[in-house]
Amino acid sequence: MVILEVRDVSLQVNSSLILNRLSMEFQAGYVQAVVGPNGAGKSTLASLIMGLPDYQQHTGDILFEGKSIKNLNVDERARLGITLAWQEPARFEGLKVSQFILAAAKNKDKKEVDRVLEMVGLEPDRYRSRGVDKTLSGGERKRIELASILAMKPRLVLLDEPDSGVDIEAIDRIFEAINHLKKDGTTVLLITHSPKVLEKADYAFLICRGTLVDQGETSKIIEYFSGKCLPCPHQNVPEFNSAAVSGGKI
Amino acid sequence: MTEDLVEEILESVNLHRSFNKNTPHLIINANEVLSSHQVEGLIMEPEELPDGVRAKLRVKKGVKIGSPVHLCFGLLPERGVQHIVMDIEIEDEAEVSFMAHCTFPNAVEVEHLMDARIEVGRQARYSYFERHWHSEEGMVKVVPVARIELDERARFSTEFELLKGRVGLIDMDYLTVCQAGSSAEMRARIFGRQDDVIKIREAAVLKGEGSRAALTTHIAVKNQARAEINNEIIAEAPYARGHVDCKEIIQDNGVARAVPVVEVRNPKAHVTHEAAIGSVDSKQLQTLMSRGLSEEEAVDLIIEGLLS
Repeated sequence: MVILEVRDVSLQVNSSLILNRLSMEFQAGYVQAVVGPNGAGKSTLASLIMGLPDYQQHTGDILFEGKSIKNLNVDERARLGITLAWQEPARFEGLKVSQFILAAAKNKDKKEVDRVLEMVGLEPDRYRSRGVDKTLSGGERKRIELASILAMKPRLVLLDEPDSGVDIEAIDRIFEAINHLKKDGTTVLLITHSPKVLEKADYAFLICRGTLVDQGETSKIIEYFSGKCLPCPHQNVPEFNSAAVSGGKI
Repeated sequence: MTEDLVEEILESVNLHRSFNKNTPHLIINANEVLSSHQVEGLIMEPEELPDGVRAKLRVKKGVKIGSPVHLCFGLLPERGVQHIVMDIEIEDEAEVSFMAHCTFPNAVEVEHLMDARIEVGRQARYSYFERHWHSEEGMVKVVPVARIELDERARFSTEFELLKGRVGLIDMDYLTVCQAGSSAEMRARIFGRQDDVIKIREAAVLKGEGSRAALTTHIAVKNQARAEINNEIIAEAPYARGHVDCKEIIQDNGVARAVPVVEVRNPKAHVTHEAAIGSVDSKQLQTLMSRGLSEEEAVDLIIEGLLS
């Protein structure tokens, strides 16, 4: 069953076409990845699906469970069950980890804080009273972000570069959290340029310069991406334009 | 009658169930001392004035007061003036902490004036937490003035919180002079609404070698409220260290102004400052909204964090 459809979406910022007639369908209950080199439009796509204020002036449509969400604000989309974990999560001076998690939690019982902290490998006694601030490392902050998402029990979660700025242990814990989400029936959309993260997906979409290049089983996309996109052949090629990939292959 | 007033004041600060009359305390309504209790080593000499109370508080040398001293300054009528004159002396190596509540639950037009002189002796420790409880509608004018002297290696911390009810007008002026090895921490957290006016001047003079000061002010203003923060650290001695931190969130037509002043008169001293004024951070806002909070709920939580 299709949970999310991106239908013929284009987004222009100033004179640059960031997304160009992009169409994709995401299946419910699977881990799927949108992969592409830096500047491909991946994070823009995630922001647009979440409905962030700077990304609402697009053409085309976004459908969640068959209904357009194009005119919904961020919080309205979140209440439908869509959420986003930022590549660099925000820090909140003065806000405790427990407050941050409970703000999102469906179950407002304080035990829920401990449950989700344990799921991301953080000891509740050490973390529930800490501030969501600069005293946390990048990896800790990412895991707390995921804990808050686990407590929210979303239908669809967008994880933007989940491995960026984190150590190996944190990456393993983040992958475990992704497994928890999948087990709970949450659709996970990984936004990544990392083959290691891509391996966790059941299915993948390759985009380049805002256009869909290919989609299919993850192994196929990894092979294509690793072989032809790393390093990106389009960097420093000013004459390259999205028309060149309009046929679906570069 | 007096017991009823004590109960009413304690209830207004939500302490009526937990308050233990055997803890050291001083409870005042307008210019009347309603209740007081002192413990070994703590001497309190309150004196009623026509418009308030003068109180001398002294902690004897080397005495460590185990539990916080509760101070409750209330003005229950709708109108009136309360002038509190505090003369506090913490003798060498003594330790004390104060939990102060200032409450004006029915205020329509109230003035609360505080003049404090505080001396903290050599290696003594003093901490003072002050929470204000104001009415939702009334106009309260709060003018606290404190002059603080810290002897060598003394530790001083004060925290002022005004989050409940309308601020009205607050005009705070604290000055701390720090001798060698002493430290001063001054924090203020205030939420202004409607046409509230917040004026804060906190200053520290680092006179002695290795003395330290941190001045932290976190303010939120909404509607037409205005805030002006003047925080100043002057470092005169070698190895003196200071930091000024001012953060203000403005909403609606609120206006905020921050003037951090740092002056260093010794090449071995070091003072830093940071000031940030603006609306709610958009990434914080969007993060919370992406978890299902409405914009209003998200803003409230961010401000709660800033003022916590």
